[in-house]
Amino acid sequence: MAEERRPKQCTVVLPTESMKAMAESIGVGQLQEESCVALSEEVSYRIKEIAQDALKFMHHGKRRKLTTNDIDNALKLKNVEPLYGFQSQEFIPFRFASGGGRELHFYEEKEVDLSDIINTPLPRVPLDVSLKAHWLSIEGVQPSIPENPPPAPKEQQKVESTEPLKVVKPGQEEDGTVQGKGQGATAADGKGKEKGLIRLKPRSTHELSVEQQLYYKEITEACVGSCEAKRAEALQSIATDPGLYQMLPRFSTFISEGVRVNVVQNNLALLIYLMRMVKALMDNPTLYLEKYLHELIPAVVTCIVSKQLCLRPDVDNHWALRDFAARLMAQSCKTFSTTTNNIQSRITKTFTKSWLDEKTQWTTRYGCIAGLAELGADVIKTLILPRLTVEGARIKAVMEGPVVSNIDKIGADHVQSLLLKHCASVIAKIRPQPDNVEQYRIDYGYLGPMLCSHVMKARTQAALQAQQVNRTTLTITQPRPTLTVSQSGLSGSAGPRTPSIIKVPSSLTLMSPRPGTPSQPSPPATKYIVMATSAGPASTQQVITLSSSQSASPVTSTVPSATSTLQPLVKLESGSGPGLTGSRPMQKYIVVSLPSSASSSLENKSSVLPTSISSTPIEAGMKLDRSESPGASTQSPH
Amino acid sequence: MAAVQGGLVDAVEKKDIKTEPSEDSGGNNNANDGRLLSPPPGSSASAPGGNKPPAGAPEDQQTLLAVLQFLRKNNLAESVEILRREAGLPEDALDLKAGDSAGAGSGGAGGTVDLEGEDASSLLSRVTVSSSAAAQAPTKVTPSEDQPDVNVVLSAYSQQGDPALYGVYYSGLKRFIESVLDCHRAELSQVFYPLFVHMYLELVYNNHENEAKVFFEKFSGDQECYYEDDLRVLSSLTKKEHMRGNETLLDFRTSKFVLRISRDSYQLLKRHLQERQNNQIWNIIQEHLYIDIFDGMPRSKSQIDAMSGSLAGEAKREANKAKVYYGLLKEPEIELPLDDEDEEAENEEGKPKKKKPKKDSMGSKSKKQDPNAPSQTRIPLPELKDSDKLDKIMYMKEATKRIRLGPDNLPSICFYSFLNAYQGLTAVDFTDDSSLIAGGFADSTVRVWSVTPKKLRKVKSAADLNLIDKESDDVLERIMDEKTASESKILYGHSGPVYGISFSPDRNYLLTCSEDGTIRLWSLQTFTCLVGYKGHNYPVWDTQFSPHGYYFISGGHDRVARLWATDHYQPLRMFSGHLADITSTRFHPNSNYVVTGSSDRTIRLWDVLTGNCVRIFTGHKGPIHALAFSPNGKFLASGATDGRVLLWDIGHGLMIGELKGHTDTIYSLKFSRDGEILASGSMDNTVRLWDATKAFDDLETDDFTAATGHIHLQDNSQELLLGTYMSKSTPVIHLHFTRRNLLLAAGAYNP
Repeated sequence: MAEERRPKQCTVVLPTESMKAMAESIGVGQLQEESCVALSEEVSYRIKEIAQDALKFMHHGKRRKLTTNDIDNALKLKNVEPLYGFQSQEFIPFRFASGGGRELHFYEEKEVDLSDIINTPLPRVPLDVSLKAHWLSIEGVQPSIPENPPPAPKEQQKVESTEPLKVVKPGQEEDGTVQGKGQGATAADGKGKEKGLIRLKPRSTHELSVEQQLYYKEITEACVGSCEAKRAEALQSIATDPGLYQMLPRFSTFISEGVRVNVVQNNLALLIYLMRMVKALMDNPTLYLEKYLHELIPAVVTCIVSKQLCLRPDVDNHWALRDFAARLMAQSCKTFSTTTNNIQSRITKTFTKSWLDEKTQWTTRYGCIAGLAELGADVIKTLILPRLTVEGARIKAVMEGPVVSNIDKIGADHVQSLLLKHCASVIAKIRPQPDNVEQYRIDYGYLGPMLCSHVMKARTQAALQAQQVNRTTLTITQPRPTLTVSQSGLSGSAGPRTPSIIKVPSSLTLMSPRPGTPSQPSPPATKYIVMATSAGPASTQQVITLSSSQSASPVTSTVPSATSTLQPLVKLESGSGPGLTGSRPMQKYIVVSLPSSASSSLENKSSVLPTSISSTPIEAGMKLDRSESPGASTQSPH
Repeated sequence: MAAVQGGLVDAVEKKDIKTEPSEDSGGNNNANDGRLLSPPPGSSASAPGGNKPPAGAPEDQQTLLAVLQFLRKNNLAESVEILRREAGLPEDALDLKAGDSAGAGSGGAGGTVDLEGEDASSLLSRVTVSSSAAAQAPTKVTPSEDQPDVNVVLSAYSQQGDPALYGVYYSGLKRFIESVLDCHRAELSQVFYPLFVHMYLELVYNNHENEAKVFFEKFSGDQECYYEDDLRVLSSLTKKEHMRGNETLLDFRTSKFVLRISRDSYQLLKRHLQERQNNQIWNIIQEHLYIDIFDGMPRSKSQIDAMSGSLAGEAKREANKAKVYYGLLKEPEIELPLDDEDEEAENEEGKPKKKKPKKDSMGSKSKKQDPNAPSQTRIPLPELKDSDKLDKIMYMKEATKRIRLGPDNLPSICFYSFLNAYQGLTAVDFTDDSSLIAGGFADSTVRVWSVTPKKLRKVKSAADLNLIDKESDDVLERIMDEKTASESKILYGHSGPVYGISFSPDRNYLLTCSEDGTIRLWSLQTFTCLVGYKGHNYPVWDTQFSPHGYYFISGGHDRVARLWATDHYQPLRMFSGHLADITSTRFHPNSNYVVTGSSDRTIRLWDVLTGNCVRIFTGHKGPIHALAFSPNGKFLASGATDGRVLLWDIGHGLMIGELKGHTDTIYSLKFSRDGEILASGSMDNTVRLWDATKAFDDLETDDFTAATGHIHLQDNSQELLLGTYMSKSTPVIHLHFTRRNLLLAAGAYNP
């Protein structure tokens, strides 16, 4: 491996053009080619020397990143005056120019207006160093607390589930058993003494320790219980706790059985709670759910398409549940669909089939459309748009025809608004202007005129946002109306599991005082100060502040870069004494963002979002979902 | 001293001063025995060199001559006169020496006469070499190569053959070595690397740039992967001009690369080269390699790989022959108040009624003196103060509550994360009683935290202290200023990143060393800086207090480790011999020895009393960043950037174990209080626990072939690994066992 690199090392030399350019910049014209060659070789050698010395400083600084200070120190070592004050906002501060057949990289030094600097508000004082203690191990067993990394990393869980026979490698097993066995195993059998034996399916034991059983009981009770505050806490624990993977089979069975029973009993509230559990599980970055999809997906699909989900279909807002479940479905399709399991295509087929069925009820019809629509613009384009005319006729028959039943009417109405909502944005994108009502009627039948007005609205909104975006020099993030609407109800992490979200170390900073875990050394925590440092902009605050702009579309991938300009936020979490229930201190999150150059863009953005949120009709219906997420910073979940 | 002389010699570039102090070490080491507490001879600034001790050994004489020449060159006639008289040298000694070396031309003692322009630097480096050579290998060095100076060594390369033939020679040898019997091949393969380096340098020196490049590209891939770092340095060096001032390069010249080869293999090689009339290679082997021939079976590839990797080959066997008193000193006898008595028992003096019942299984604290222990007064140690005795009593009490660790009884680990350190945490230390934690930061600050409820308080100002009733019983309480109580204090004073930090055993002082070249002593009573020890001039990478206090050791970029006493602003000893930066320094538990780890990938053990290097350990493949003695003083553990922990038997001077598992630099190592568990913390965010008892037990049943120094390491890392504990993106840079065997770890959270 090294062989390949070495010859290169030998030959890397700065181009002679650079020498010429530098000579010219200090007033030496017409440098001989030979001198240039000699100079560039000399300079390259010296640079390498300095880089090697700088590495020394990096090692002693106990870092993995070389900093400009290391270079400074290396220069000092050579008795060369360091480049004081060299710092750059950008990763590569060099500009490129070419002309006259020459190519050049240079460092742009802008003129700085002193008054600008004086007038800018002082930057936030960086947080002071502080010391925090936690248990890394208790008598040889690593407690699964948020401060510690998850006992079984996702990768390992994945390997385990996909290739159970290949897991037993000496090193891995050692690691896995010692740190991963958790509370259930004693230190003695964690030693991996039985290494020589061939174990066909390691870790198939699913015995839970007493503590875990207690935890499971508490959590499940809280999740379906009546106390909303407790539920919020329990869900947050599910979403952040790193040590849950052993309980995963229990949870998934709990959910699937729960859905089965409650659909029959038409218990809407419980179904919603169960769906929220699914969501929390999916949000937990340390869990690898693939093994349990066979239980979870049917449950979710049931909640989308079931004929009846509540006792009074005319009054209860079961539509919101369908929307929510549809979004979950879309999320799991994005996360788990592979070429082998084909989740997305199978789901799509299922939805389409029942939608095409003439006898399908309006409720199921709604669910199918919602489920398909959430899968993205492409699905809408290929599957829903062609059927708009047929569907329009059907709606028309109900709306304008003889009154059949109130329920049908409500159903048709919901289907109509659902179609308008999802199709408008897609049409806005694929259909050229102008929007002619008549043309729409021809193309889309009954729904045409309404669609037309929606499309126009969507276009103006997009234009408006584009403007705002330009003004705040945020080159990316165009919150498209559909996207913001689609997740208005659940602030937050409804987005796909992009790596930037998975990596969020929020589980470290947000310690959840969860019941029944004995290993947690600290008493029920009441107050923490948690902060994200500037070193990692893609951390907690990103998810939290931008939770409302997090969306189930590719837009997400651009979000981190936008937020990286934001200053780190301070999140203050203060216990507000014994909560209303008296059982456990409530947690409140306050997100404080301090002024920075980019704060204006944040404000702008948040001013954009409420408008789009308010346009959603289902917000009220899903209100209960809001308090669940840790990112609901504006609401204190009392 | 360096600073003083540097002032006198304007002509000398600052760079050269770095090597200069070693001339003192030569003098100190040999002449200052037993007078450790007296001011070091070099301390009077008025007459540099004027108080040189009389020289006994011939090495000293040469050093002296060098100094004399240096002084004369700078027209310090008076000093020359004084020194000459002191040393008892005849007046013409200097001229004589200079004269004949001028005649000799190559490599002689006095390169100064014919090399006017360069003489200062060459002289100095020559001196460095001679003193280090004297320290490490008193024998086997032929006089003519005893003192190679830079230019002389360089010119040694000038004799050359056809540059185009180098590759042919090399591949010829390669073919030969590949064709020999398997048992010899591994041994002879050792020749490749030094040969390659020297041939390359020879080409470069003689301006055959292109041939050098071709040669490098052709054969660099054959070299062992652990030389990669050096090869990288080498590859950047393509011009003769670069060779001057390149330290790595000088190391290759001035130190002979040491190889251990069995007699049979050596004969084979010799015969081959002579048959082929391959003088080119033979010359290099003769001149630049030191082949340590032993009788017996050739070593296997794995045996060789275990020991090689250092910048200058393996240690010579002679280097590890000296006797090392690795036993522990007898504990001072202190009456231990019974446990049911008042905790604050005041009368700690009194007759030695009963000794502490020591639980230490590997312990050497039995009543009779350990035969391997140095005599109690071998080096003068500070008297125990009353407070020290109290602390000892506390220690013993705690020790009785200590948890016995073992494979079935692993320690709990408490992790102290530094939040918001912004990648700036560079060093951490705990006090022995685990009450304070100190951190050194890249922004030059030092911070001290109290991890107990007891807050940190300053002593009151002088004016306020006058008002205190000095007779009262609680005067020690009264002198503290309650207003200043806080959980942490910041110490400002350094002007560069703080790379090393160490508490004094009595918790009254804190020692820090920094990039700015100074070591600072801070008072933890007033939280001010007391002394700045200057002498290193270059970044100081590590420092540590002696376990008995008073002395401390430091080492840095200037390749010299210095031993200091807190009340002397000049070092008492200078340990020179490393070929690259000293990256870590530790005191032996009995304070009679210090160990230094270096970027040259060797570990050296130095005798504090004589200043001699008594052990050289090779085997690491990267700079050594962590060192730890076992509590019984018999063993040493070392960790390096290569992610391996190596275990050494100090008495026999042998490697006895290798612990593989870490994937990044190991920054901290610690034995549990009873030596049963070794904990290692690394940049890879893990703490690993190893079964030290087993690692050492296996060895004791093993019969050493100490004579040959061969080792048979079985790869049992996996059996010895007791646990791996992953932290959350927090590199572990310090580990500490409390007196009750709770493991504390520290590091900065880097999100």
